[in-house]
Amino acid sequence: MGDIRLMKGNEVIAEAAIRCGCDGYFGYPITPQSEIMETLMIRRPELETGMVVVQAESEVAAINMVYGGASCGKKVMTSSSSPGISLKAEGITYLAGAELPALIVNIVRGGPGLGTIQPAQSDYFQAVKGGGHGDYKLIVLAPASVQEMNDFVDLGFELSHKYLNPAMILSDGVIGQMMEKVELSEFKPRWTEEEIIAKSGTWATTGKTADRERNISTSLDLDSAKQEVFNHKLQAKYRAMEENEVRFEKIDCDDADYLFVAYGSSARICQKAIELAREKGIKVGLLRPITLFPYPTKAIQEMLGQVKGILSVEMSAGQMVEDVRLAVNGKVPVEHYGRYGGIIPTPDEVVEALEQNFLGE
Amino acid sequence: MTEEIIIAGFGGQGVLSMGKILAYSGIMQDQEVSWMPSYGPEMRGGTANVTVILSDNRISSPVLKKFDTAIILNQQSMDKFEADVKPGGTLLYDPNGITRHPERTDINIFRIPGAALATEMGNPKTFNMIIMGGFLKVKPIVKLENVQRGLEKSLPERHHKLIPLNIEAIQKGIENVETVLAL
Repeated sequence: MGDIRLMKGNEVIAEAAIRCGCDGYFGYPITPQSEIMETLMIRRPELETGMVVVQAESEVAAINMVYGGASCGKKVMTSSSSPGISLKAEGITYLAGAELPALIVNIVRGGPGLGTIQPAQSDYFQAVKGGGHGDYKLIVLAPASVQEMNDFVDLGFELSHKYLNPAMILSDGVIGQMMEKVELSEFKPRWTEEEIIAKSGTWATTGKTADRERNISTSLDLDSAKQEVFNHKLQAKYRAMEENEVRFEKIDCDDADYLFVAYGSSARICQKAIELAREKGIKVGLLRPITLFPYPTKAIQEMLGQVKGILSVEMSAGQMVEDVRLAVNGKVPVEHYGRYGGIIPTPDEVVEALEQNFLGE
Repeated sequence: MTEEIIIAGFGGQGVLSMGKILAYSGIMQDQEVSWMPSYGPEMRGGTANVTVILSDNRISSPVLKKFDTAIILNQQSMDKFEADVKPGGTLLYDPNGITRHPERTDINIFRIPGAALATEMGNPKTFNMIIMGGFLKVKPIVKLENVQRGLEKSLPERHHKLIPLNIEAIQKGIENVETVLAL
């Protein structure tokens, strides 16, 4: 058995970053994710692994420090909560445009504007559909437990370096603030300069040598023809992600007449709702998207011959439900249930919403 | 076994740390655990509550509306959570500062004079472990030896000298819990 702890989701993000060989964290505090940087500052990884932790002067500075570190082929990350991610949106689209790997963590709080510090899932569109300008996509991972907060840090770095594209962990104040049992990952050493050159020397600014051209990190190309070719390349990359990287979990789906689709903390609430509904004789299952981009469209489509109705549950006014409806394409009724502004739905409410929408009660 | 617990009182009473020690005790006996605090702009003197779940199985929702046990340590929490105990469930409370005692007749009700006993012990910080003792008497879901191991895990080493005092407080709680209503 490995290193088992009781930790907050936010603390685990920090610990997992140190353990997976992250080179640098650049952030600016905001509730409900401040424990990430607090934990890093207390742990002082610069003494242990050499990982750099910087409290930047602003979110904009932090994301641009990430851009700098990523350009050097390093494993770098930042974290924030909703309003802070909006500030970082420019830097995120530049990272995507320059094909740079980085991990961005969003512990979502209620919005819009400064909103509230309580949990929400109302940044789905921002994470999955854009946030910044241009035709780009993030790899978006949605942890539903403190264990997955641990696991997805390493996975996020792995995928972002595999595809040279920023990855996002989209979580919320529930998963960030709660403590659960977690088995921490083994320590992995940080990449050496030689390893970085071997891995990323074709594009990273590792220091020009006589035998190659300069590597330049940029998202600018004023030649439209070239820019279109570049966009084709990005789109091909996103199609490859859709082909290879879709992750989801099905719970109690085998005999289900109805289906919840929910991610993150809402998926946890739906698991309790399944227990309550099944006590009443309602056979409902859960499809939990783990990657929000690429989205488990086919997995939803495979349920269509079986279920009579789908309830998308999200702490928003109805964002992910649009992707469920695109997948379903009118073949069965799809409804949304959500609470927002920082209110967390209870499992009982979710069962009631299922009954009201599909069971005529 | 799954036990869904809410612990609710004032900030500063040790509500969150009691929940943490309980959760760690669960880990010590190989259970799944979750600890979900109310967080917000609530500071010392405000209300604080935490939902703790211990289970032999994977835990579904860390956020609940109904509880097997409510541990209630002030009047605001009594007003808020008495109705949320499942029928047949358990309510444990400290009568200190309570102006309206629980009225339910379909749940087990126990009383523990935690604040008074802590004063008697000469250390108000023992309060939450006295309450923990009361809880373990009425719901022995974790073994005392695992609570001790949980304390060792959750307290920083420089505070380990306080563990015997905490165990003494738990014993005090075990000895002094009173039954108000047993179904």
